[in-house]
Order: sequence, then C-alpha cells, then structure tokens
Amino acid sequence: MFISSQDSPAAFKDFTLVMPAVAVGNVGQLAVDLIVSTLNMSRVGYFHTDCLIPMAGNNPYASGKEDAEELHTPAEVYTAAELKLAVLQIRSPIIQMRSKKFRQQLKSWIKASGFSRTVVLSSSHAYQRDDQQLQGTSLRYLMTPSLLAASADALKELGWREMERIPAFPGVDADAEPRLCIPGGGITKGLYTDGCAEDLPLAVLLLFCSEGDNIPDAFALVNHLNDWLHLEEPSSKWKIPTSWSLLFGSGIPPALF
Amino acid sequence: MATFFGEVLSVYSRAVEEDEEELEENEEDEQIRRELEEKRTVHLHWNPEVSELLRAGNKVQCSSFILAVGHNAASFLSAYILASANWDTVGRAVAWNERSRSGTGPSGEGSACVFYRHKDEPAVLICHVTCHIAEDQLFQWTEKVFGYLQTRGLTVTVLSDSSVADYKTADYMCSSSTPFLRSLRSSAFSDQPVCPSLEQPNIITGLPAAVLNHCQVHSIAAVVYQCYSDVTGPDSITMDKYKPVLTKLGRSIQVDSSRSTDGLCNFVCISEIQSNLYI
Repeated sequence: MFISSQDSPAAFKDFTLVMPAVAVGNVGQLAVDLIVSTLNMSRVGYFHTDCLIPMAGNNPYASGKEDAEELHTPAEVYTAAELKLAVLQIRSPIIQMRSKKFRQQLKSWIKASGFSRTVVLSSSHAYQRDDQQLQGTSLRYLMTPSLLAASADALKELGWREMERIPAFPGVDADAEPRLCIPGGGITKGLYTDGCAEDLPLAVLLLFCSEGDNIPDAFALVNHLNDWLHLEEPSSKWKIPTSWSLLFGSGIPPALF
Repeated sequence: MATFFGEVLSVYSRAVEEDEEELEENEEDEQIRRELEEKRTVHLHWNPEVSELLRAGNKVQCSSFILAVGHNAASFLSAYILASANWDTVGRAVAWNERSRSGTGPSGEGSACVFYRHKDEPAVLICHVTCHIAEDQLFQWTEKVFGYLQTRGLTVTVLSDSSVADYKTADYMCSSSTPFLRSLRSSAFSDQPVCPSLEQPNIITGLPAAVLNHCQVHSIAAVVYQCYSDVTGPDSITMDKYKPVLTKLGRSIQVDSSRSTDGLCNFVCISEIQSNLYI
C-alpha cells in the first residue's frame, strides 16, 4: 500500500504514472532511474508491500554529501508536479507466487490515485523473437483500448510498432490463434491484460534485449518514452545516478595479473 | 544457449522467473500450496506474563529493541550484554522454511529467534536471530514482531553479519581491511552512528533490510550496523568489530566490557568443534 513520506497526503489526480516492470536486463528500472535522476524528482512516499524482496540502501540519486545518507526502500513513488508526472520505482524482484497479488495491489493504488494514464516500461527476451520481430526496430508498444482512444493521433505521428501477437508454438501448429507473449517481461503481460479487462488507461513500452550491459537499452527506452511524453528536451542528456557505479563488481585485485 | 564445450544450458534472466501463477492449478495442488503457506507462517510465542499483557489488548513497552542477525552478532550480544544474567527469556519466533533443521517444526523447540528482556529495564528488548528467515517470511516476521511493540519513542539497533564478498568497492579490498563496520539508518534516527555510512552502490538485504524498511516507512528511529567479514563462520575478531556499538547501547543497559575476550573464546571454540571438516 502507498504510505506518504510527507506531512500532507500526496495528490496524484490527473498525473501520468510511469513505472517499470522487473524484466530482462532490468531495462525498465534503469530507464526509471534515469527519469528520476535527470528530472530531480522528489520522493513523496513508499509502496509498502509484502510482495517484493526487502532491500535497503542510501540515496541512489545523491548529488553530494548532504543528501547521500537518506534511506531508500524497494518501491518508492517520486513526483515532478510541474510535469504532472509520478514515477514508481521498483528496486527488487517480486517474491515467487506473489505476482498476482502485487498486480492487484498496483491496480488498486492506480485506480484510487486517479492517474490519467499509466505507462509501464518493460523488456522482453531478444532470443525469443520470431522471424517478423527480428526485423526493424526492437522497440514495441501496447495500449489498452481506453488509452488508445485518447492517443491514436500521437501514435500515428510517432510511427510506433505494436507488439505482435505470435503463435504459441511457431512452425508447429499453423492454425493456432496468435496470442500475446512477452517472455522475460515479468508482470507486464498480466498488467496489460488486467488493464484491458478493467478499462484502465495503460500503455506498455518495451524493447527486446538480452542480459548484459543494459545501459544503452535503458537510454533507448527512455528516449523512446520522451518522444511521446516530452519530459526532457530531445537534445539534453539523461543524468546517470551515482548508484550505477560498479554494476559488474568491485575493483580487480592487482595481484591477479 | 550453447557453451564453448557444446553443452546446452538454460538461460536464466537475473531479473525474471517464468510466471508460475499462470499455470492452471487443480484442487490438490491448491491444497498442497495452502498447506505449505500455512506451514511457513511465522509464529510468535511469548511467556505467560507477556501473553496476558497482549491478551488484555496492550502492547509490549519498548524503548530500545536490539536485534542480532547472524552468529557473530548474536555471540557478541551474548558475550557483552546477555552474559550479565539480568535477562529473562520472554519469547521466541518460529519461522519454518526449507533451510530449517529437522526437528524444528512449526511449533518445535530449537527455533533460533529468541527474545530477551532486561529484568531491571523492561523496556529493553534483545532478539537473537541465527536461523534463516526466507524471503517470503521477512515482511511477515517484521510486521508481527513490531505489531506487538509499543513504537512511540522506540529506537531499533540491528547488528548484522555479512560477507565481504557482498561489498562493492572500486578499490580492491585486501584482507587486512576486513572485518569492518558500515551503518544504514532510517530518517527518524537522529543520533550519530559509530561507523561510516554504507557507500553506494551497496545495499543490505534480508531481515536487517526488512526491519529498516518497516522503521523507515513508519518513522521509527533505527540503525543497522553491518559487519563485513571474510570469515564465514563464528570468529572472535569479527565479533569484536561490533564493540563501538556498546557506547550507544550502554546508555540504556549495562554492558560488560571486562569479560569480553574469555566470553568470545567460548563462543568460537564451541563452533569449531562442530565444523571440523577441514582440520
């Protein structure tokens, strides 16, 4: 559930919510980190839930010594009121068998808060693309009918590619009904199908990637989002947070060589 | 994915497991899952005095809650604080999971989360946690324990063991610099910790993280002292590293610095007898 970290309750009415899905390469989460760090967003509360693995650390967006020692939790909400933007950052994996519960908690909060739209940043396994998905851009989108109605013109102008429906077993059963598959996408598909069923204005932006150095993927995704939401000037740079250091481990012992 | 030697390995994402909940469950599976969930529930058992207090709708008065997670942390508290024999055992928490030793069922003896209360200062509570609390039990453990405590004016201190392998730093850590202490505190904690703050990009996980999250979200003053050591088992040098914390704890309870070395040796020797695989 959402617990405000300020004296007054947070107001999200008509805000756009951007949130990541914990997915392959953690691309959504990295992209959200870039948004919070660049726009210097303020934390307004915590998403306190039993569905995420507990973790804690100091301020991942610290700009200096003054704000370095501020504790941060696995799921927090940040806002940039001037942009009517709210961001939910999720920092740890969902506990096994609690995905459905977590999705329900998210949906309840989204509905209660009155967000005008929700954008889920996600990713999917690049190695599981079928032949048509291998060609062209690796970025895809999905939109629930209620959001599609409002954003049809913007989508046409952007020329985005919708996530394809593919047969469950390509090449094996040619008559099978194509269906939506987002392998490696965590709760993305669940959120989207729930959004369609419950008439939530929800969009998914994802890209195909593999595990590795996913920083370029995060930049690609956040730039793609920026083309639509115009959070930053296209020419400005996204600010990498201090928590992105040592992503691949500590310094190497000199005696190793 | 094929390796250089021609084996085919499954590819796992570091972020994502396949969503098992989408699989259809029959009634028998559902029943097994429910029974497992029940078995994994965290149970708290209090002594009669505390049980009666709680039954009357009151909460346990607590101004200082000291939690030791890991063998070195627990042994340190035992040697320096609990050895004074002014402590009563008031309760225990049982959390059965796949790593619980056999014979410690949901209501069995031998559970390793023991609560002690000071005889003269009943508002000071200590808890030893030397068993493994699984990921899905951490939140529940924390909510249940704190649900019984009066949290107004409460300060929580957590001592936690960790491996130096989990500590990330740009400069290589040589063995002479371990063990060392790092701290993390909630926003409501206004006192000065006894050691440097945990640097980016390091994080803490497990029970210390769950407790700190709870305290942060509910504005309770809390500090975690994480001791990074290159020794995996009980070790007197690692235990000794927690000593600076005594200056803070000593304000609310009597600490016994004089018996330290003998006390620590007792704990280390006991453990060495059990793990004699590599003599």
